Amino acid sequence: MRYSALSILKQGLTGNKSWKPVWREPEPKKSYDYIIVGGGGHGLATAHYLAKIFGGKNIAVLEKGWIGSGNIGRNTTIVRSNYVLDGNQPFYEMSVKLWEGLEQDLNYNAMMSQRGILNLAHSDGQRDAYARRGNAMLMSGADAELLDRDAIQKMCPFLKFDNERFPIKAGLLQRRAGTARHDAVAWGYARSADMHGVDIIQNCEVTGFQMKNGKCIGVQTNRGPIKAKKTAVCVAGSSSRVMEKAGMRLPIESHVLQAFVSEGLKPTIPGVITYGAGHFYISQSDKGGLVFGGDLDGYNSYAQRGNLPVVEDVCAGGMSIMPMIGRARLLRMWGGVMDMSMDGSPFIDKTGIGGLYFNGGWCYGGFKATPASGYCYAHLLATDTPHENASQMRLDRFMRGNMIDEKGAGAQPNLH
Amino acid sequence: MIINHPLLGPRDANEFVHLGDESLIDRPDGMADDAANKFHNYMYLRDNPAGKYRELWYHDAGDRSWLVVTRDTLTHEIFDVELARDVARARGRSK
Repeated sequence: MRYSALSILKQGLTGNKSWKPVWREPEPKKSYDYIIVGGGGHGLATAHYLAKIFGGKNIAVLEKGWIGSGNIGRNTTIVRSNYVLDGNQPFYEMSVKLWEGLEQDLNYNAMMSQRGILNLAHSDGQRDAYARRGNAMLMSGADAELLDRDAIQKMCPFLKFDNERFPIKAGLLQRRAGTARHDAVAWGYARSADMHGVDIIQNCEVTGFQMKNGKCIGVQTNRGPIKAKKTAVCVAGSSSRVMEKAGMRLPIESHVLQAFVSEGLKPTIPGVITYGAGHFYISQSDKGGLVFGGDLDGYNSYAQRGNLPVVEDVCAGGMSIMPMIGRARLLRMWGGVMDMSMDGSPFIDKTGIGGLYFNGGWCYGGFKATPASGYCYAHLLATDTPHENASQMRLDRFMRGNMIDEKGAGAQPNLH
Repeated sequence: MIINHPLLGPRDANEFVHLGDESLIDRPDGMADDAANKFHNYMYLRDNPAGKYRELWYHDAGDRSWLVVTRDTLTHEIFDVELARDVARARGRSK
């Protein structure tokens, strides 16, 4: 069923009786051409683009829980393309362009809202670095504006401009950045993939890979073995656990990242704002809650919850840049498990095992990357060659010395 | 989390910095024939287990000692804390 204003009107007048389930609940078949392991945002996006753009047939998405139960539902919903390096920025700008047409492509309201992201600078050096970043963004076709203090004051009068230690000197604004409704992204991709014939199989956990002559010919699941010509793993957060079953060690550590939501308030934060001197970023959801977060807890974890020192650190960061939020009460907090890679950048690549493909290492940038990740992964699966915008996101880049190290922090995942 | 320091007793994990896998103690031989490969594996690849994990913590805001902490990455429960020095010596390292 195609959604439209007319369909809503018709359903409304007939008592909303004929809405149908948004995707089917098929039983797994014995074999597929493509199996995508992981029904999160990236896996569902991969299925959508593989079926719709690259003409893939006979595709299944296997999800151990329910679709969208992982990081696609546990993030802070920010979409942006404000990176510097060649290996990253064209990819993220491709993603923002896909976000801009996402709802029309999926015929689904993902509540994409281009309300802008403002990165604050607190020293001359940081302003220079943002000028350079802005130029890198412009060269990739993205938008970027360097704002002076007066322009920021007009936009966000509530910020603490004269913080004794970290006064606001400038800001880098990307107007096309924004937020989207994370659950709706998963549901929209799932619905579209399903309409293109993809089998979305929930409660189906992959427990191993079927290997023959060194090649991957399918998976073992808790619902029986399933054969596949190509098996595409897409389980960021659990990548090491799943790839271990294929005998692979990855350049990834799993870390916990916390996020927070306040009670609902009237509109006050105009877009996404990031503090350049502390671990704090914030936006306001359409319901009015202040959505904010900071840095990783800093130790390996699969627990989906963090500890209190980081809660204090994030809230202290918030208080130092926008003291007005001190009166807002914290409603909820949660943690997500991040695939932290050794250089802070992701992987979309073949593995050394025939028929087995890998997508992961998204660190805490996975949500914004969802459309481009799906598109590039589908490109790799369909053509066996990397998409040009993901050509540097290789598993062997550390051996070759071609790291994509945005932060320059080296092989120290908790610092990226 | 509370880390039970072998010399100082229970201390808040906030005083410590996390480095990573305990195997980082075992720096490979740089003169070996396949040193490049060994260093790649040492520097960049991780077991990253869900469950018991032996890892290095540094007591940054304390006595600056390196510790090997055995912790569950699923529950954050800490089972054992040793001085990294003792762990290295037990493996035959002299310094």
